[in-house]
Amino acid sequence: MTVLTVPEADTNPSLTRRTRVFRRLRRNPLAVISFVVLAIAVAVALLAPWIAPHAVEDTDFANIFAPPGTPGHLLGTDDLGRDVLSRIMFGARASLEVGLLAVLTALVVGVPLGLAAGYFRALDAIIGRFTDLLLAFPFLILAVGLAAIRGASLSNAAVAIGIAQIPGVIRVIRSDTLRLKSLDFVAAAVVDGASDLWVLTRHILPNATSVILVQATVALPAAILGEAVLSFLGLGIQPPDPSLGTMLATAQQFAARAPWAATLPGLVIMILALTFNVFGDALRDALDPKGDR
Amino acid sequence: MARYLLTRAWHSALTLVLASVVVFLGIRALPGDPALALAGEDRSPEALAAIRAEYGLDRPLTVQFGHYVAQVSQGDFGNSIRTGIPVSDMLRTALPVTIELSVLAILIAAALGIGAGVVAAVRRGRPAEWAANFLALVGLSVPHFWLGLLAILYLSVATGLFPASGFVPFFEDPVGNLHHIILPALILGTGLAAIIMRQTRSAMLDSLSADYVRTAKAKGLSPRAVIGRHALRNSLIVVVTIVGLQLGGLISGAVVTESIFGLPGFGKMTIDAVFQRDYPVIQAVVLLTATAYIVINFLVDLVYSLIDPRIRVAGDAA
Repeated sequence: MTVLTVPEADTNPSLTRRTRVFRRLRRNPLAVISFVVLAIAVAVALLAPWIAPHAVEDTDFANIFAPPGTPGHLLGTDDLGRDVLSRIMFGARASLEVGLLAVLTALVVGVPLGLAAGYFRALDAIIGRFTDLLLAFPFLILAVGLAAIRGASLSNAAVAIGIAQIPGVIRVIRSDTLRLKSLDFVAAAVVDGASDLWVLTRHILPNATSVILVQATVALPAAILGEAVLSFLGLGIQPPDPSLGTMLATAQQFAARAPWAATLPGLVIMILALTFNVFGDALRDALDPKGDR
Repeated sequence: MARYLLTRAWHSALTLVLASVVVFLGIRALPGDPALALAGEDRSPEALAAIRAEYGLDRPLTVQFGHYVAQVSQGDFGNSIRTGIPVSDMLRTALPVTIELSVLAILIAAALGIGAGVVAAVRRGRPAEWAANFLALVGLSVPHFWLGLLAILYLSVATGLFPASGFVPFFEDPVGNLHHIILPALILGTGLAAIIMRQTRSAMLDSLSADYVRTAKAKGLSPRAVIGRHALRNSLIVVVTIVGLQLGGLISGAVVTESIFGLPGFGKMTIDAVFQRDYPVIQAVVLLTATAYIVINFLVDLVYSLIDPRIRVAGDAA
């Protein structure tokens, strides 16, 4: 009689998978580059109050519309002689703040709703209509409404962007929950007498983390772009507080005299969004179980 | 099939009703008394009461809602508080501009996006794919209002090739019309192209590895026929959906582009109304946007299920 030898099971499969994911990220040059750029951006944003050459409000009337390269104003000045580099640093800080706040809002509301919609058939229809309804109001309209009711501000802009991102989160989490629910380990837990809440929080949610992570990296650059649009339109961060969007709105009026003021903030928005998108793509590839084989 | 469509129609209708309730209540949640806004100079209690009675603002909310639905269903959105012009007239002049801009942008986006997506899938792992992927990422990441600013700054103002702002109706001056609208349409289109490209690429990669493509190759069809007639045609189903949904979103998505290029469309009307707190206009704009989105969504589903029977089955199961 032959003895079936069972291959030794991984003692900690999640850890080895995590190592594999990290290894794949490290070997992808795009992932490394985008991660480094992001780390620098976050460091600049966090340290802006200490490393910015000037205070955001500092006006230098002797140097109005100073071109980039002017001593003391590396990236030039704007219509009030304010230092463009310093304002970009603080603007990037605001962009990241709004981005994080918006994505957090979307996840806090969207993840539980997505889990519920995927797990409980009865709730699926109700949550589905809620999603449809949210989708019917484009993000700009939501932002306009919120700004009209509660006033335009950084936090209201973030909430409006976050609300607009809820349907996307619900959709992705719902479909992953449906997938996970049909797997044996969930059925085993149910047979074992686990409560719905236990199954959802201990079995489904941990396995949906990678999907949530990828969704967050998609939502973050979109939120950064959303903040720029809202602030540009005057519905987000209010002047004189620095925001890359408001900087562009002001610069638009003087674009012919100070093209750098109309060019650089947009470039920074693009670099921020681009690095998040590139890193998100790399992360999705690295997390893709097809790559495990 | 019939059951699937009925469910979808019922869901769309329900969403439409919910959306109109939200718009109705949302407008009433805004700070400020509409009677005060309508009153102008004469703000005596009698004048305010007369206005409330005239506009039915003193009646219960449910009665007001019934009245509102009856009016709106006849195309009556009231008059602009600022100009006194009927909102329906404003829409009649603004909508064609936005529709022209949207259609043009979608055409540009589809041409660029599908083309680049096919190239990326066929030339997998070659420089052409990397270039297409990178361009798509840039297209997703660039703030389009900034691209518009740059285009005005470096193309219109510097070279005078394109007008920086303004609009001429198509039927008055077709050439001048296109001249004004092509730059905003290009800028709007490139952003959408990025999304179409990514969808086309992944759909093409799926169909290129499908059995029927291998069969087509094996029976000696030219690569051109295999890609065009077999792989692309099957990938287009997904792409059509994306394009449809983008069109639904464009009605409001063109807001920023329109306001930068000074196009007198739906988006500019929206922004102006917001800053002037012109509530009847805002109400009409929001309701119309939501309706357009819901209707287009339903139509996309309809077309989709007609093309691909698998969707109906999956839709019934879900």
